[in-house]
Amino acid sequence: MAMKIEQIEGRLLLKKPKIIDPLNETETIKDVMLVDGKIEEIGIIEAGNDINFIDCDGLILTHGFCDLHVHFRDPGNGDKETMESGCESALAGGFTRVCTMPNTEPPIDSPELISYIIENTKKMPVHVHPIGSVTKGQAGSEISEMGLMIDSGAVAFSDDGLPIQNGLVMRKALEYSKMFNVPIINHAEDDCLRANGLMNEGIVSTKLGLSGNPNIAESIMVFRDLKLAELTGAQLHVPHVSTAESVQYISDMKNQYNEITAEVTPHHLFYTDEALYDYDTNFKVAPPIRDIRSRWALIQGIKDGIIDCIATDHAPHTSHDKDTTFDLASCGLIGLESCLGVVKKVLVDDEDLGLMEMIKLLTVSPRKIMGFDNDLLKEGKEAELVLFNEEKKWVFNKNDINSKSKNSPFIDAQLSGKVIHTISKGVIATN
Amino acid sequence: MFDHRHLISLEKFPKKDIQQIIDTAFNFKEVLERPIKKVPSLQGKTIVNLFFENSTRTRISFELAQKRLSADTVNFSASTSSLKKGESFKDTAQNIEAMKIDAVVMRHPSPGAPYQLKKFINAQIINAGDGTHEHPTQAILDMMSIQEKFGKIKDLNIAIIGDIYHSRVARSNIYGLVTMGANVTLCGPPNLVPKEISELGVNVNYNIDEVIEWADAVNILRIQRERMGIGLIPSSREYRRLFGVTYERMSRRDKELVIMHPGPMNRGVEIDSEVADSEQAIILEQVLNGVASRMSILYLLLGAKEEDGDEN
Ligand SMILES: [Zn+2]
Repeated sequence: MAMKIEQIEGRLLLKKPKIIDPLNETETIKDVMLVDGKIEEIGIIEAGNDINFIDCDGLILTHGFCDLHVHFRDPGNGDKETMESGCESALAGGFTRVCTMPNTEPPIDSPELISYIIENTKKMPVHVHPIGSVTKGQAGSEISEMGLMIDSGAVAFSDDGLPIQNGLVMRKALEYSKMFNVPIINHAEDDCLRANGLMNEGIVSTKLGLSGNPNIAESIMVFRDLKLAELTGAQLHVPHVSTAESVQYISDMKNQYNEITAEVTPHHLFYTDEALYDYDTNFKVAPPIRDIRSRWALIQGIKDGIIDCIATDHAPHTSHDKDTTFDLASCGLIGLESCLGVVKKVLVDDEDLGLMEMIKLLTVSPRKIMGFDNDLLKEGKEAELVLFNEEKKWVFNKNDINSKSKNSPFIDAQLSGKVIHTISKGVIATN
Repeated sequence: MFDHRHLISLEKFPKKDIQQIIDTAFNFKEVLERPIKKVPSLQGKTIVNLFFENSTRTRISFELAQKRLSADTVNFSASTSSLKKGESFKDTAQNIEAMKIDAVVMRHPSPGAPYQLKKFINAQIINAGDGTHEHPTQAILDMMSIQEKFGKIKDLNIAIIGDIYHSRVARSNIYGLVTMGANVTLCGPPNLVPKEISELGVNVNYNIDEVIEWADAVNILRIQRERMGIGLIPSSREYRRLFGVTYERMSRRDKELVIMHPGPMNRGVEIDSEVADSEQAIILEQVLNGVASRMSILYLLLGAKEEDGDEN
C-alpha cells in the first residue's frame, strides 16, 4: 500500500490523539486544530460536522522525527535516491527534518553546492539541511570553506564515509569550527586497522571466512576524536557508534567535557553479526554490525544517556550494487521507513525504555545537537508532527518501500510501532 | 537417506551423512581400480564447472568424477579480473540457469559466493572452494584418506599446520573432523590463526615440535607466497624454521606420522621434499581419493534419489 501525500487545505482537526511533548515531558489527550499547515489551537475543540478531521483516538501525536544522518545521493547518484524519493522515504518514516551527508558526486564542499541542496529542497515536503564536508573534496587534507558554507545554510561538517585519518587535519578542523558553533562529525574508523574488513571481526567472521573489521578500528579513532575535542574545546558529534569500547570512552569523556554528543543507528541496536550467516549483502555496512556484547553496550548506553540520539544513516544502494558477492557489494542500508518500528521494538518492547525517552531520541535530542527549534507543540508554529500507532505490530514489506532503493536488512522483519501520518511543510502523508 | 540439495559448507553437516559420503566414495574407488572405470549413474545429467579462479587440479578432479559417472559436463572459466562489479557474476549465473542445467560446481575467490549463487539459480550447487571460506570436497577426501589409513577417524590426533586464517581447507577440515570425533590441533603463526577459532572445538599450539610429537596425522597447508608480501610472514626461510615439516623434525619422531597436503606444495617451505616423497606421505593417494570422493558427492546429491526405488 503506497503512501499518500496531500496538501492540507484550510482547517484540519486532529481529534483526540495522545499528545506526547518530549520537550516539556507531558502527556495529554487533546484536540489539535491545524490551519493552512500551522497549529492554530491545542485544547478541547468543539467543531461543526462540516470540518475536515482525522480521528486520532489511540494514536500518539508528537514532534516530527529528525534524522541528522542521511544520504540522499543528490547530486550524482539519482539511480540510488533523489531528493524527492529521499523525502518521501523520510515522510513514510515519520521524519520531518533530515540532515544530508556530503559524500555525493561531487562532494558538498563549497557554498555553491550547499546552495544547490537548499534550493533543490525548498519545495520538498521535508526540511532538508545540508552538512558540508570538513575537507575539500573529502580528501582529508585541506579544510573546506566552512564559513561560507555556514552562510549558505550548512548545519554541520562531516567527511562521512571517509574517516579523517590525519590527526592534525582533524585537530585544525575542530579548532576552526569553534567560530561557528556547529558539530564536526567524523566517521570514526582507522583505515589501517580496518584494513579490508568486510564485517565485524569475531567468531562469525572466522567461520564465514570474511575478513574482520575489529572493534578497535572504531574505538581508537573515537578516542582520538574525543581527546582532540577536549584539547580544542570544539563541538564533536560521534556518528553511528557501534562498539562497547566507544561507548565507554564517550562515557568517560562526558564526565569531564560536555561538548560531546553521539548517535546510534537502528540496525546496530537490532542486529548482531550472527545475522550475516547467509552472506546477505544488505547487512554489509560501515561500521559493521557487531557482536552481542557491543549491542548490549549500545542499548545500555542509551539508557544511561551516554548515547544522545538515534540516526538512521539511511544509505540507499541499487540492487545492482548489492546483488553481488559480499566482498564487492556496496556498504550501507536504508533506514528511514523502518526506524520507528525497529527502535520501538528493541528499546521499548524488549528493553523497557519509556516511550517518552524513546521519542526524545528521535526528536528533541537530534534537534538540540543541530541547534534546531525544539518547541514544536505550540500554537502558531508550523505543524511538524507525526502520528503513530504505538501498539501496531507489522512486517516490513519490500513492496511498501518509498525509497528508490530497497537495500533494507529489515525486509520481512516483525516490527512494533507504525507511523500513520506525518505532517510537514503544509502536507499530510498517510501510510 | 541423503537429504541435501547442495554441498556448500560442512558446518553443521550431520555425521551420518559425512560417513555416507565417505563409505560411498570407497565403493567408487573400487570402480576406479577396474579396467572400465565408468558407471552410468548420472547419465542425462548436465553439470557446469564454473571456475572464477584458476585451479587445474580441482577442476580436473571434478571433471574426471563427472565423466566416470557418465554426466555431461561443460567447463566455464572466467578470471575475476575481467569481471565487472556485480553484473557479470549475476549475469553469468542467470545465463547458465537459462540453459537448463542440473548442477553447478563452483570455484570462486569470494567467501560466500555459493550463497549468492543460490539466490540467482535453481540448480544444485557444489562448492569447489569459495575464497577463504570453505572447500568441503577437499575435507571429504582428506577424511576419506584418514579413514583409509587408520580404519577410523574418531579419537585420532589430527594437526592442521599453516595459514589457518586464509584457509578454506582448514575451515572445512575443522568442521568435518570435529564432527567425526577427531582431536584437532591447529598450528601456525599467531597472526594467521584467528583468536576465536578455539570456539570451534579445536586446540591451538604454536610449537610445531610438540604438535608433531602429538599427532597421528598432519595436514600441511600450502603457504601462499602473497602472504609474505603483506608482512604476515617475514620470509620463507623463517617460516620453514618455525613451521616447516622438515626431515629433521620427522626423524626425531619414533612412530609413524601420516603426512597430508592438499597441493600444490611449496617444497622446502611448508614441507621438505624428503618428507613429501617419504613412505609416510599419502599425498598422491589423496589425489585419487579426490576423484572417488567427488564421484560420491555428485552421485549422492544428483543421482541417488531416483535410484532409491531400485535399491530398496
Ligand atoms: Zn558514516
